[in-house]
Amino acid sequence: MNIIINGIQYEVEKGITILEACRKAGIDIPTLCHDDRLEPSSSCRMCLVEIEGSKKLVTSCSTLVKENMVVYTHSARVMEARKEVLDLLVSNHPMECLTCAKSGKCKLQDYCYEYGITEASYKGARRKPKIDTSNPFYDYDASKCILCGLCIRVCDELQGTSAIGFENRGFDVVVTTPFNEGLVNSKCVSCGNCVSVCPVGALTPKKQTYRHWETKKVRTTCSYCGVGCQMDLVVKENRVVGVEPANVVPNDGLLCVKGKFAYKFINHPDRLKTPLIKRNGKFEEASWDEAYRYIRRKVNEIKEENGPDAFAGLTSARCTNEENYLFQKLFRAVIGTNNVDHCARL
Amino acid sequence: MTNSIGEIVNTDAMFVIGSNTTENHPVIATKMKQAVRRGAKLIVADPRRIELADYADVYLQLKPGTNIALLNSMMNVILEKGLYDKKFIEEKCENFEELVKVVKEYTPERAAEICGVKAEDIIKAATIYGEAEKAGIYYTMGITQHTTGTNGVMSVSNLALLCGNVGKESAGVNPLRGQNNVQGACDMGGLPGDLPGYQKVFKPEVIEKFEKAWNTKLSSKVGLTIPEIMDGAADGSIKFLYIMGENPMVSDPDINHVKHALENVDFLVVQDIFMTETAEFADVILPAASFAEKDGTFSNTERRVQRVRKAIDPVGESKPDWKIIMELMNYLGYSKKYLHPSDIMDEIASVTPSYAGISYDRLEDGGIQWPCLDKDHSGTKYLHKGNIARGKGLFMPSDYAESAETPDREYPYLLTTGRILYHYHTRTMTGKVDGINKLAPSSYVEINEETANRLGISDGDRVRIASRRGEIETTAKITEIIDDGVLFMPFHFADGAANYLTNPARDPIAKISELKVAAVKIEKVC
Repeated sequence: MNIIINGIQYEVEKGITILEACRKAGIDIPTLCHDDRLEPSSSCRMCLVEIEGSKKLVTSCSTLVKENMVVYTHSARVMEARKEVLDLLVSNHPMECLTCAKSGKCKLQDYCYEYGITEASYKGARRKPKIDTSNPFYDYDASKCILCGLCIRVCDELQGTSAIGFENRGFDVVVTTPFNEGLVNSKCVSCGNCVSVCPVGALTPKKQTYRHWETKKVRTTCSYCGVGCQMDLVVKENRVVGVEPANVVPNDGLLCVKGKFAYKFINHPDRLKTPLIKRNGKFEEASWDEAYRYIRRKVNEIKEENGPDAFAGLTSARCTNEENYLFQKLFRAVIGTNNVDHCARL
Repeated sequence: MTNSIGEIVNTDAMFVIGSNTTENHPVIATKMKQAVRRGAKLIVADPRRIELADYADVYLQLKPGTNIALLNSMMNVILEKGLYDKKFIEEKCENFEELVKVVKEYTPERAAEICGVKAEDIIKAATIYGEAEKAGIYYTMGITQHTTGTNGVMSVSNLALLCGNVGKESAGVNPLRGQNNVQGACDMGGLPGDLPGYQKVFKPEVIEKFEKAWNTKLSSKVGLTIPEIMDGAADGSIKFLYIMGENPMVSDPDINHVKHALENVDFLVVQDIFMTETAEFADVILPAASFAEKDGTFSNTERRVQRVRKAIDPVGESKPDWKIIMELMNYLGYSKKYLHPSDIMDEIASVTPSYAGISYDRLEDGGIQWPCLDKDHSGTKYLHKGNIARGKGLFMPSDYAESAETPDREYPYLLTTGRILYHYHTRTMTGKVDGINKLAPSSYVEINEETANRLGISDGDRVRIASRRGEIETTAKITEIIDDGVLFMPFHFADGAANYLTNPARDPIAKISELKVAAVKIEKVC
């Protein structure tokens, strides 16, 4: 099927949306409420485009391509409409970018920059701040919420928990839990998948101690269960300060409470920091050389007296393949026994 | 898993047995719920009315330890109704006659009696599974942690073969592995009878191959499993024990026995990231780096080998486990040095056929599922495609047998154990996270309301639970999700640890302990 976008002809698949066609053609369309994993909701109106022959602008996220369709993604009319959308959003949004945790990674901030929105032109009532801090891992600040609904739809369509929804009508709409009982008393399982998709600073991890531009991200595999979720560790000054899900197999952008929030053991003050040797019933700090020599002495003594089958090792399902390989090699090739097992049965 | 996580959303029917997936494999559970939304049928069998039961077309609240009776009965119904895959069985399976003979005895009525469920629900479950074009079975320790664990797994496999659900997309036999790299630890030869890639130590050609690769003499005598190692440490035959990243003082059955073993062993080395209940008994503790501080790979439950990447430097003087083991090997006279974990993976690939095509450069943009036989092989999405790996799919029918210990007059309640969403294994990591401890602070026991009323126990009361092996105190949680006479405890907590009570009786083949069934007594602490 052929369509023309901004004067250039493209061959596209049947049944895809204008947004998908534009992305494939490398044309960037702004979106606030869109997520490829979800049904389109057409609520933010940022993805509006102009179609020749159509009086109204259409939402590209929910309009399918048609043969010989002529689309304009950045015409004056489109740009004006998007500016209006942004203007309306910031007119009801606290301009706290200087202190907001999301600054630097906020889609509203980015689009205001791109579309030149410096000030809200609609003065008047603003949504009252309604902050839910009951969950131990994240907070919801309704005053910063742009009502894109991503959090609600991810919680429902992908996570399958349906802990949150919209309440009230018109200007008073907020995201909340049934009967306003607070997140901690709801069905919420603290997976944080809502926090990960929030495009603004409405849903944020508690006590965030970094600004986004101070951090780097390192792609890795979660160290909890066997699903093997892919995630990015957020690192600031040699400390892990956050985790973000990666939208790839096998987890497709989802995590659970452990993967998303239970990372603070990494830089916990109780971490073991030096080898310890027990002397007279008490552990004393030792150097690596001392520890290795002590183990070597014991290995040689016991091997001489009792042979290799007096040795046994428990390798670890928490450690890497390479480490497990070396551990069994240590027991088999160096000590000389097959007495090596791990917790697969637990 | 024979199949992949991504295939779940396109399945026609799911049979989840002995897996509390929403709590133990939360992201896989999201895929299951998405599949239900797309119209897939769901059968759930579990002693507790777990969250997935709310999404199920049929939920079977079976008595712990009765899986085999249920599975045999489902097969009985499938045979009776002619829902089995005749062509698949004829072409690809063997020993079918024996299966027919065994499961004939398991009418829904008889199994209903054994399992404590309704016969009509067994028929409904069997019909859903049997009628589905593509059906996947998903299970965990609810199947395996029994003295009949191996037979339980075989029975799951029998059911899948019977309906031709092996070697097919969005189907299969899918054990969900509990820990990040339990799959990899098995793959890498962290088992007493297996060298890397499940190459058997008792086969002369295998020993010869590894002696050549490693340039050393090797033992062909099958080693000891963990429970046997603990017995050996307790009776004095094991003198030297090296425990890496494991905490048997909380995780293993019959903790009093484990304690005796650790106290008795001559020399104990523990390598971990924190001081643990087990490390307290060590002669030497070696501080390891966490997963965030090192490079490596984990193999997930769908056999996908994925990269672990160093994000920060090791904390304090801690070192990555691979470096510690390598340096110790060097101290012990084995001079081989590896500069980076990728060198180790190259050696793994050279001796492990299923990992032969895996190297770090190929893992940069995502993992590869083994078997990956050479550098051009793209990995294996699901196993047994075209042909069953061993040649023919072998039916291995077995009869239901009671658990080693069942409730009696002295110990009248059945205790089963498991995990909860918020904690991981023995809390070495999750126990250090404030928010987690707020949501799941301490040990508890789930009790049915009728049981509690009979015993005069109220929600939140302190209770004392005792088995033949030990005694603990914990807090009562009254719930409707569990049957009268059955108790459930999460095993994560060292204080009020469920494993003081559990039964170390073992499956004769896999040597797995019966952590899912113990007889106990319970009373309110006055």
